[in-house]
Amino acid sequence: MKVNKNIAVSESGFLFDSMSGDSYSLNPIAAEIIGMLREQKSVEDIKKTLLEKYEVTQTVLDKSVDEYIFTLKKLNIVK
Amino acid sequence: MKKLPFERPIIKKLNVGISNKFGLKTELEPITHIDNVSVSELIKEHGSPLFVISESTVRRTVQEARRAFETRYPKVQFAWSYKTNYLDAVCRIFHQEGSWAEVVSRYEYDKALSNGVEGAKIIFNGPDKTAEDLKIASENNSLIHIDHFDELYTLIEIAGKLKKKPRVAIRVNMDTGVHPQWDRFGFNFENGEAWEAITKIMSSGKLEFVGLHTHIGTFMLTASAYEKAAGKLASLAVDFKKTYGKNVSYIDMGGGFASHNTLKGAYLTGKDTAPSFDEYAEAITNALTNSKLDPDNMPLLILETGRALIDEAGYLLGTVIANKKLSDGRHSTIVNFGVNILFTAFWYEHQINPEKEYSQSSETTVMYGPLCMNIDQIRDSIQLPPLKKDDNIIVSSVGAYNMTQWMQFITLRPRVVLIDVSGGVHVIRKNETNKDITALESVPGHLAKI
Repeated sequence: MKVNKNIAVSESGFLFDSMSGDSYSLNPIAAEIIGMLREQKSVEDIKKTLLEKYEVTQTVLDKSVDEYIFTLKKLNIVK
Repeated sequence: MKKLPFERPIIKKLNVGISNKFGLKTELEPITHIDNVSVSELIKEHGSPLFVISESTVRRTVQEARRAFETRYPKVQFAWSYKTNYLDAVCRIFHQEGSWAEVVSRYEYDKALSNGVEGAKIIFNGPDKTAEDLKIASENNSLIHIDHFDELYTLIEIAGKLKKKPRVAIRVNMDTGVHPQWDRFGFNFENGEAWEAITKIMSSGKLEFVGLHTHIGTFMLTASAYEKAAGKLASLAVDFKKTYGKNVSYIDMGGGFASHNTLKGAYLTGKDTAPSFDEYAEAITNALTNSKLDPDNMPLLILETGRALIDEAGYLLGTVIANKKLSDGRHSTIVNFGVNILFTAFWYEHQINPEKEYSQSSETTVMYGPLCMNIDQIRDSIQLPPLKKDDNIIVSSVGAYNMTQWMQFITLRPRVVLIDVSGGVHVIRKNETNKDITALESVPGHLAKI
């Protein structure tokens, strides 16, 4: 999965889509996931990293990350 | 290494354009404790959802209301409006604080008696009093507030068979400049019906006419309406003195003071718009003291305010069941309490806070209850942090009407606890069980086998 080239993300979690002109705000973990996608990490690897770092169950993490990735696809931020 | 708290990842589109002047308030501030008792511990011990009543808030509020009136008027009496919250423990706090009981049915009347309230300190309001109810209330020397002529004629008939005269007042409705005008309770002032009722009472010779009552409306956001109402009742009392040479013992201004909840569709929050007790007190006592009532024989001022005295003391603790996207892209959150137990969600934009800290990110969400009913919506739009399944939330100001108007619908009603002034937690209503509900049912023989 790749982040589209026209997507710019600032450190503070501001995301800009230069193709559509739309801008978004991300919470810290949402920005962190985009950062890992940029590093070409797979979704499974991302989940593994997050599970080690955060106090969360596998089920809640899976649901939360899958839903977020689904939204990113719908918004043409990743493909 | 200690793991970091997890927050659900969210992405929020930024829109440029004209927004509400005040924006949508974000409820990021957690409520971790109620009266120094941990919310998560309460849920662990008593389950979720859970109603919580703060005794110290009840006492503080009723003392504040009394101070507002007693510093302005010589004789004041509060009467606890049972229908607002008639859990026995709650009623008893009010009675300990000196309140009489104001009831509107035989069920409530009997509850007040069983709570130890003297019959003479029970005000019996409402349009539905049977002949038997009127007889019992008369024998107990309670204050009977007559709602309509059918009741008045029935009471005159009953009084003829009793050894003592029932003590009565009439309920009066009137134009106070507020619309819609509440004209369904009692006798109208402007068209002379109220005076006609007084004349009938006095000519019967069988009733002791002691007071005047009005209930001008509910959630009254303008104190001036009470000023008009108090002025009109005072003028009736003055006419009564002129005609019959007797003073009216009391004027009862009913209830209707607004709490700090925000009504649906309101531009400003309830905290910014609801009049204070001082404003209501100023309006009512000014009207009475500026009237032609005899200053040496001022009537007792009775107040039956319910909502404004109990709303802020009640909390509903609940838990997130799920998050989902709606077809139009809006986010929605499903929680484990619905409109069946939070009836006031139909009227208010309830304040809802998380139980723990989140980052500064927030999202707009539609909050639904757990019922399989489309109307089960707690908030149609609220800014909250990214709550996830099993996170706890706190709904504030739910003390009025929810614990009386709640329904056993689809699911069972939850436990209610009281936090006392020392921080002790007491169960004041147990969780309902299937057995409690089915105990009232019976199955005919031909349906015994399926």
